[in-house]
Amino acid sequence: MKKVFIPLVFFFGLVIFLAIGLNRDPREIPSPLIGKPAPAFNLVTLESDKTFSPEQMLGKVWMFNVWATWCVACREEHPVLVAFAEKNQIPIVGLSYKEIQPQDPAAKQSDAIKLQVARERSAVWLQRHGNPYTTSVMDLDGRVGIQYGVYGVPETYVIDQQGVIRFKHVGAVTPQLLAEKILPLMQGLGKS
Amino acid sequence: MKCICVFLMGLCIGLANAGEASPMAEDPVVEARLVHISQEIRCLVCQNESLSSSRAELADDLRREVRDLIRTNKSDQEIKDFLVSRYGDFVLYRPEVKPLTWVLWFGPFVALLMAAIFMWVYLRQRRATVKPHVLSEAERARVEQLLKD
Repeated sequence: MKKVFIPLVFFFGLVIFLAIGLNRDPREIPSPLIGKPAPAFNLVTLESDKTFSPEQMLGKVWMFNVWATWCVACREEHPVLVAFAEKNQIPIVGLSYKEIQPQDPAAKQSDAIKLQVARERSAVWLQRHGNPYTTSVMDLDGRVGIQYGVYGVPETYVIDQQGVIRFKHVGAVTPQLLAEKILPLMQGLGKS
Repeated sequence: MKCICVFLMGLCIGLANAGEASPMAEDPVVEARLVHISQEIRCLVCQNESLSSSRAELADDLRREVRDLIRTNKSDQEIKDFLVSRYGDFVLYRPEVKPLTWVLWFGPFVALLMAAIFMWVYLRQRRATVKPHVLSEAERARVEQLLKD
């Protein structure tokens, strides 16, 4: 009689295994960058030709948020970030990722014009939706994005005082994620 | 005369098309290596496509990145290592064999081995319990009868 249950146990084992496997979000790929130093870069900002590099943030816990005006999910998370920036004294640096898309009419222009168009468009967008960023850096060709393993905008990173990436989230940031994960993590890092 | 006209027009269309076809690559050697490497790399946007066949924008960017790395004389392994360091083991269709990927690599063989052992044990037990059926005298007679008919 006992033997009859052996296949049943196997079957339920398989069901549990598949239930876990199939309910995972295939877009959530563990980032190998967690615990590694944030890749260095040096890019001009949205506001001026003065460059920004992550080194300047050493000693601070900060958030790095990848966004673009063409990105639909960014519009969804944007009010969340604006509210967060108003409430907390945590710097958020934006990475304006590939603002000029290949199919964009401006894509055929020179780099200088592309930068200008991207800045104008981003500034208007931030004016309309609010600006949570202390600064935004212009990654027009997406190279810095590749350094950070960006594959779906928006993406958000938490970087600690030593310049080490502590957290990465792909997709829109939700109030729940901020309250339950990001804020406790950042406060914990801030104390140490 | 009409024929020549049509022929010339046809030629013009042919020329126009030839002019629009974009050049495959500036450097065929680089391109060949790119294809070789990118067939082994998963595109993160369309996860069931390789980097070489994906038409996603990120794939375009990554191909550009790989091209640049090839031009700086990086080995295939170094290029793959770079991509793994940014996007994780997930980008490799054939992930490295290490403790974390043991289940992935050896799991199916372990399952096969377990199934084989199970079957062997089961069949042995069965042979011990199930006795071959021996025909009685009456049954044998009936079989003979049937065969004769």
